[in-house]
Amino acid sequence: MSHGCSCHAQFGREQLEEIEKLLEPYSGQPGSLIQALHKAQNVAGYLPREAQVLVAEKLNVPLTRVYGVVSFYSLFTTKPKGRHKIHVCTGTACYVRGASRLLNQLEDQLQIKPGDTTKDGQFSVDVVRCLGACGLGPVVTVDEDVYGRVNNGKLDDILSKYSRE
Amino acid sequence: MSQVSLTIDGIEVQAAPGTSVLEAAKKAGIKIPTLCYLEEINEIGACRICLVEVQGARTLQASCVTPVAPGMVVRTNTPAVRHARKLNLELIMSNHPQECLTCPRSTNCELQQLASELGITEIRFSGANPSYEPDLSSASLVRDPRKCILCRRCVSVCEKVQQVSAIAPQERGFNTIVAPAFLEPLGDTACVNCGQCALVCPTAAIHEKDQTAEVWAALSDPRKHVVVQTAPAVRVSIGEMFGLEPGSVVTGQMVAALRKLGFDKVFDTDFTADLTIMEEGSELLQRIQNGGRLPLITSCSPGWIKFIEHFYPRLLPHLSTCKSPQQMFGALAKTYYAEKSGIDPADIFVVSIMPCTAKKFEAGRQGMNGSGYQDVDVVLTTRELGRMLKEAGIDFNSLTEEEYDHPLGISTGAGVIFGSTGGVMEAALRTAYELVTGRTLPTLDFKEVRGLAGIKEASVDLNGTVLNVAVANGLANAREMMDRVKNGKRYHFIEIMCCPGGCIGGGGQPIPTNKEIRTKRAAGIYSADESMPLRKSHENPAVQALYKEFLGEPLGHKSHELLHTRYTARGKY
Ligand code: SF4
Ligand code: SF4
Ligand code: SF4
Ligand code: FES
Repeated sequence: MSHGCSCHAQFGREQLEEIEKLLEPYSGQPGSLIQALHKAQNVAGYLPREAQVLVAEKLNVPLTRVYGVVSFYSLFTTKPKGRHKIHVCTGTACYVRGASRLLNQLEDQLQIKPGDTTKDGQFSVDVVRCLGACGLGPVVTVDEDVYGRVNNGKLDDILSKYSRE
Repeated sequence: MSQVSLTIDGIEVQAAPGTSVLEAAKKAGIKIPTLCYLEEINEIGACRICLVEVQGARTLQASCVTPVAPGMVVRTNTPAVRHARKLNLELIMSNHPQECLTCPRSTNCELQQLASELGITEIRFSGANPSYEPDLSSASLVRDPRKCILCRRCVSVCEKVQQVSAIAPQERGFNTIVAPAFLEPLGDTACVNCGQCALVCPTAAIHEKDQTAEVWAALSDPRKHVVVQTAPAVRVSIGEMFGLEPGSVVTGQMVAALRKLGFDKVFDTDFTADLTIMEEGSELLQRIQNGGRLPLITSCSPGWIKFIEHFYPRLLPHLSTCKSPQQMFGALAKTYYAEKSGIDPADIFVVSIMPCTAKKFEAGRQGMNGSGYQDVDVVLTTRELGRMLKEAGIDFNSLTEEEYDHPLGISTGAGVIFGSTGGVMEAALRTAYELVTGRTLPTLDFKEVRGLAGIKEASVDLNGTVLNVAVANGLANAREMMDRVKNGKRYHFIEIMCCPGGCIGGGGQPIPTNKEIRTKRAAGIYSADESMPLRKSHENPAVQALYKEFLGEPLGHKSHELLHTRYTARGKY
C-alpha cells in the first residue's frame, strides 16, 4: 500500500486485484463505504468506474450510492492525477489578489480546467478553498512545495521548473 | 400500546407512540402542507415545508419527522409558521424554471399547487438555476433535472420499493443532481422503466416520454388503418383524468372516446390476456408433465423482465416464453386480423393504451416483429390518453357507453383481472383447474391470491396434483421471491408484477397513485370481472376461433413464431 508515489499508475487488472484484496475485510458491509473507497483510491490515486463497480459489488451497495459518495467528497477523484499536482488557493484573500488570473493562465498554458490532468500526465490542476496562508496570497502549491505572492510571471517560472522534473 | 395524547391547534389528539406530528394532525383533520414527504417511503425532512410550532422548542419543527410526545402542544397556523413555510418554498422556487404554461405536469404538479395554496404571488429570489439538458436516452422516461427540487422521493421508491437503485443524489452543493451513477444516461443503466419514480415525482423532473404526436399523425394519415388496444387496468383509472372516483369502471365510455378520437378499430388487450392463459397454461402443464424447468414464472410485465435480465440472469429459463398480451396483440393485429379483414399489414398502425411506461420499452425490444413489421407501433400511457382526449375536447363523462369491435375486442373476466396483482394467477387457475380436472369450478374466486399484500402463496388441488403457487408485486418482493427460488423453495408457478399492486399501480397511471387509490382500482377490476358474462379464458369464443382458423393449437408452430420470445442476460452495471 504505497501512498503518493503510485499516483500516476496506470489502471489495469493488477490494480483491480489489489483493490479486491484490500476490500476483503469490508465484504458485505455497506456501512464501511467511505473507508473502503479510501483504501481503493490509495492503490492508484484515483477511482475509475471499474474500481467503483468493484466496491459496489463487494460491499453490496448500489453503484449510484458509491458514485454519490465519490462525487460528494472532494478527497475522492475519478481521474488520475498528474506527476505534479498544482493547487491554486481560491479562498477569499487569494481570490481578491488575483487567483483567477492564475487559473486562466493555467488553463491557457496547460489546456486543462481545474479537476483535470494534462494529456502527457505531467500536471493536474485543482482549486482549494483556503490554505491558511492568506498573508502570502495568492498561494499556489505544487506537490509539497508552497509558493506565495504568485503572479503570472512567477507562475511561468514554476511551470517550466516542474515540466522538466 | 398506550396512546400518546397531545394538543394540535387546541384540539386534543390521541396517537400511537412513534407517529409523526404530521400523521397525527391528519387524523385530527388538520392539514399540514408537505412536499418531500411520501408516507412510509420518504420521510427525510428535506424540504421543510411542513414546519409547525412546538411549544418549548427553540426552532420550528418539520412535522413529518417529529414524533408525537405526551403533552406536546403544537400549532400549525401561526404567523411565524406561515412565514417560514413560504420562505422555504420561495427558496425552492428560486432554483426552478418558471415554465408552468408549457409544462407536462401543469395543473397536476405539487409544487405549482403549493405555490398557489401558500399564496406566493411574486418571485422574489433568483437562484443558480443550473442549465441541465434533458436526458432523453430512455425509451420510457424523460429526466429533466432543471425541474428537480431534490425531494428524493424517486430515489427512495427506486431503492426501497423497486430495489433497482438506478438513480441517487450525485455531486454536491448547488451541483447536486438526482441521476444515475457517473451521470450516465438513464437508458444505459439497469433502470427497468417502471416509472414508479415518475408516479411519485411532485414535479415534471421525471415524466413519461410523450408520444401523443405520433398517434395524432397516424390518426390523420388517410392511408393508415389505426387500431388501438386498451390494457385491463386503464378502464378503472382513466376516469380519474376527468375527475371521477378512482376505480370507476368506465370501459364503455373509454371505447366511445377512442372512436371519437378517430381510431378505426377499438380492441382490447383482454383478448390477448385470455390467449396468454391458453399459451402459458399449456406451457405450465407441459413443464409439469415433461419435467421441464419449474417454477414457471410469468412474463407479462416488462419492468419485471428487464429486472430479471439484469439481476437474476441465471433464472431466465424459468420465465414463460410467452410474449406479453400487448405484444401478442400487435403480432396478431398485423397477421390474423390483417388477413381476416383484407388489409395490408403495412398499412396497419397499432397503438396501445397502457398503465405502464415500461411497455414503451417493450414494444422496441428485439424480436417484437413476428408479424414482419414492428408489432406495436406506439405505446401511450393512461396519462397520455387523458391528455389527447382533453386536447380533442371530448367530454368524457357525458359519453354513452359503446362496445369493443370484434373479434380482437372479445374477452372474459379472466382477461380483465390481469390488471391487478394476483389476476394472472387466478385466471390461470380457473382454466388449469377445468382443463386438468374436466370439472366445472364450484367457485371462480381464488381469494388467497387477491389483495395488495407484497407476497401471497397458495396451494391448489388439481385432481390430486397439488400446485404450489406464489404471487409477488413490486420488485423488492420479486427479489425476495427469486431468493427463495434460488434457495430451493419449491413452487410450480409464480406470478410477478413489477409495480406495487400490479398494473393498477403502474408507472403510467394517473397521478396521484397511492395505497388508497390502488385499493379502489383493484376493487374496480374485480367488479368488472364479475359483470362479464364469461369469466374463464378457455371459454372465450374469439380465442377458440383464433385457434381454429389460424393458430392451430396452443404452443403450436404459429404460436411459437408469433406469440413467444427470448430473453437476454444483461449486466448489472
Ligand atoms: S414542474 Fe410544476 S412548477 Fe415546475 S414548471 Fe412544471 S408545472 Fe410549473
Ligand atoms: S423507472 Fe423504475 S427503475 Fe427506473 S429509475 Fe424510475 S423507479 Fe428506478
Ligand atoms: S426527480 Fe422528482 S422525485 Fe426525484 S428528487 Fe427530483 S423532484 Fe423529487
Ligand atoms: S414534507 Fe416534511 S420536510 Fe418535506
